[in-house]
Amino acid sequence: MLDNILSLITFLPLIAALVLALFLRGEDEAAQTNAKWVALATTVVTFLASLFVIAQFDPSNTGFQFVEERDWILGLKYKMGVDGISVLFVMLTTFLMPITIGACWGVTHRVKEYMIAFLLLETLMLGVFCALDLVLFYLFFEAGLIPMFLIIGIWGGANRIYASFKFFLYTFLGSVLMLVAMIAMFMDAGTTDIPTLLNHEFSAGTLSLFGWQIVGGLQTLLWLAFFASFAVKMPMWPVHTWLPDAHVQAPTAGSVILAAILLKMGGYGFLRFSLPMFPVASDLLAPLVLWMSAIAIVYTSLVAMVQQDMKKLIAYSSVAHMGYVTMGIFAANQQGIDGAIFQMISHGFISGALFLCVGVIYDRMHTRDIDAYGGLVNRMPAYALVFMLFTMANVGLPGTSGFVGEFLTLMGVFQANTWVALIATSGVILSAAYALWLYRRVVFGQLIKESLKSITDMNKRERMLFAPLIFMTLLLGVYPSLVTDIIGPSVAALIEQQQTAVVAFDGTTQMAQH
Amino acid sequence: MISSDISTVLPEIVLAVYAMLALVGAVYTGKDKVTGLLTWITAAVLVLVGLWIGLGGNGARSAFNGAFIDDSFARFAKVVILLSAAAVLVMSQDYMKRMQLDRFEYPVLVTLAAVGMMMMVSAGDLMALYMGLELQSLSLYVVAALRRDSAKSTEAGLKYFVLGAISSGMLLYGASLVYGFTGTTLFSGVIEVVQAGELSLGLLFGLVFLIIGLAFKVSAVPFHMWTPDVYEGSPTPVTAFFATAPKMAAMGLFARVMFDAFGEATHDWTQIIALLSVASMFLGAVAAIGQTNIKRLMAFSSIAHMGFALMGLAAGTEAGVQAMLIYMTIYVAMNVGTFAFILSMEKDGKPVVQIDALHMYSTREPLKALAMLVLLFSLAGVPPLVGFFGKFYVLMAAVDAGMAWLAVAGVIASVIGAFYYLRIVYYMYFGDEAKAGVDSRVNPVLWGFLMVSALAMLLGVVNLFGIEGPALAAAQTLVR
Repeated sequence: MLDNILSLITFLPLIAALVLALFLRGEDEAAQTNAKWVALATTVVTFLASLFVIAQFDPSNTGFQFVEERDWILGLKYKMGVDGISVLFVMLTTFLMPITIGACWGVTHRVKEYMIAFLLLETLMLGVFCALDLVLFYLFFEAGLIPMFLIIGIWGGANRIYASFKFFLYTFLGSVLMLVAMIAMFMDAGTTDIPTLLNHEFSAGTLSLFGWQIVGGLQTLLWLAFFASFAVKMPMWPVHTWLPDAHVQAPTAGSVILAAILLKMGGYGFLRFSLPMFPVASDLLAPLVLWMSAIAIVYTSLVAMVQQDMKKLIAYSSVAHMGYVTMGIFAANQQGIDGAIFQMISHGFISGALFLCVGVIYDRMHTRDIDAYGGLVNRMPAYALVFMLFTMANVGLPGTSGFVGEFLTLMGVFQANTWVALIATSGVILSAAYALWLYRRVVFGQLIKESLKSITDMNKRERMLFAPLIFMTLLLGVYPSLVTDIIGPSVAALIEQQQTAVVAFDGTTQMAQH
Repeated sequence: MISSDISTVLPEIVLAVYAMLALVGAVYTGKDKVTGLLTWITAAVLVLVGLWIGLGGNGARSAFNGAFIDDSFARFAKVVILLSAAAVLVMSQDYMKRMQLDRFEYPVLVTLAAVGMMMMVSAGDLMALYMGLELQSLSLYVVAALRRDSAKSTEAGLKYFVLGAISSGMLLYGASLVYGFTGTTLFSGVIEVVQAGELSLGLLFGLVFLIIGLAFKVSAVPFHMWTPDVYEGSPTPVTAFFATAPKMAAMGLFARVMFDAFGEATHDWTQIIALLSVASMFLGAVAAIGQTNIKRLMAFSSIAHMGFALMGLAAGTEAGVQAMLIYMTIYVAMNVGTFAFILSMEKDGKPVVQIDALHMYSTREPLKALAMLVLLFSLAGVPPLVGFFGKFYVLMAAVDAGMAWLAVAGVIASVIGAFYYLRIVYYMYFGDEAKAGVDSRVNPVLWGFLMVSALAMLLGVVNLFGIEGPALAAAQTLVR
């Protein structure tokens, strides 16, 4: 039981999806309700099972835990396990899935398929965070595109076709380059086992390719290929353009998953592959990432400010917040990486909640246009309160989890590159500007629009969806060591390993120069 | 001596004799009236011979002084060829009957083509190669023009014949140059000359012309021109046949010639094949985007897939051949399922080939649409479906052989190619209910093939049904 716990929680949703697909017939109301309850029950059970993982998890052990291993084709392995970095992403996924399923309770169009798509997606997302084999990771990472493509394309908004194709092709192009890099790693190291690869030294000697001198050699090339994939997934400026389209067109639950979990795969990839496996290349190219992040934070914040569509605004704000994450990761010190992981977890709760907030009023008014609202506080006081809380958390108000993440990453980056930190800090002000302005236009003011006069406040189901998110946001805001205690030792080990490799490399290059 | 020769080629003899008996038998009994029965019997015979070859016989034997080689490479290819030919025959029966194309010559010609293909993958001599190739081609020319009263079908047959004849001419010219500069037509003799020193200019020319001829047969760019027209014009079951068994045979022959005759001079031909591979992958991917006819689309899709299979060959290694064989097997399995779907597309009893007829197919036929979805994502090479593993193997072979640029080109082409597979998904799942143009009549045989193929794409992720081992053994006998 304990040995296979990760496989169990990963494949439980898949089994439920199969059960739904094979045994549930009909499109009537009873069948729809059944599908929803089966999905909800499965995700809750999965969450409970994952609590078991976190309870048994030993943070002081920096290696992989709950490891299971089986032979697969071509010398590849089916290998699962978690360490301090990945275990919280597993938790985040299992925690958010019941809320997501709850968010699609109002759907009436092809409900069974909708539930199957989400359950399938949960299996694939959990697989990404648990996989300890390169190809297995790639398999889960890429396969997630299929259900998300369908979720956007079938249940999305008016311009859903364009958004779904853009989403698929953009992310597919990014990750196929990673596939070639993975094959090159397989050839170089002779294994696809991630724990082994973490200790494998890829050559960093300068290469000459088509007349170009490539500093950092193989490491740089591999790093760039992985970067292509994770930067698109993250998404980083300037390859972020698929995200606003995908978010705007995706149904509410799809947006929640996209913002809260799928984006985190990019950050997780940087931490799992780029930093520890290509330490020298990471060190060489860190300034590039830091500056791209700084540009992302300022630029997308400015873009967010002029949006007319609420979802688009939050999508751009997500890109800006992911900028803090990439910045923190490549600052490559304890505060930076701790902050980056914290920011990802916290952003999972906050952005998920913000998209739910948009969903609440979209379900009532069927528009996401900011101008169509105003004065909601008069009719929806509870909603105004919840929205206020998450707006503040998004801005990074102390006391909410958003503050801790931003503060830690900025502190980390300040040590690595003061100028980048300076520019990125301006993003905190800009985020306050766009978020508060959005809040003012939607919630405050006089309720003058005829159509809004009969709008109702949140119902019981919606309140229940927000309750756990509010709890987590505040809890992590006042007690952040809940997260940092778990990730701390693993992050420390990661940094030490990276620094050692960089120092060794610098030593050899200096020797060569003398 | 003779008896051992005969026992080596026994499967081919059995099939050839069966084809002639079937022809005579059908002529003297009911002619077209017995087509249904004959199709089933022929399919059964093909499957039996396939099992016989697959289960029996180890090691390598040769017959007729090395002109015919029976090794595990040939056996692997033959099993794929025979089983896919049988599958396509069974699938085509319903369609042929309703289009009044149920001529008894069809199963006979398919059998003869299969014999030709078996000859091709077993060829150990330039003459044997040509004989096999022509037996296959002549049968295929005829079945392409099976619908005599249709201008398109006749055009397809004629076009295929003329271009096929040109390619045969090129191949023969290459063969004559090779013979002239080595003094032998046996592959084992050619490789001895190649081994002795650098390729002479004449031999190099011969090699290039041989490659051109073979590239025609696998429809690699820039020798692909016939493919879309022939695919479009031929009756759909014939198209399904073209897309499966002959492709495997041509690929097998390609590998056979390259490794058995020129295996010691890999650096002389890997670059040429790499170029064919890149051109095929990109043209296949780009040209399919604008297609509205699903048969033409599948033609370009097959060109792109041949590009990927050629990537394995271009690696010039054992891993490359293994990857090529795995790729081709997966490709054939996917195409059988896809064509089962295409064959079932119809409106008011008439076949439909327009892609936009599939608008919102998923609401009317959820299960069939889902199976097709799986096949399309598999064709696009998206994990965890088996199509991804085919690509993974060839990419690995290419990177291993130091051709990382080819692998990068391949994956970029596969992203472009993903677009048109997604477009079919778009029609089926995101389309417009009002524009639906396909009936939901289900033929149980087609339904079965579609489901089995789709299920195989899903379940293959566990261990690829164990084809890895046999493919490796086959590659080992070829690459020494």
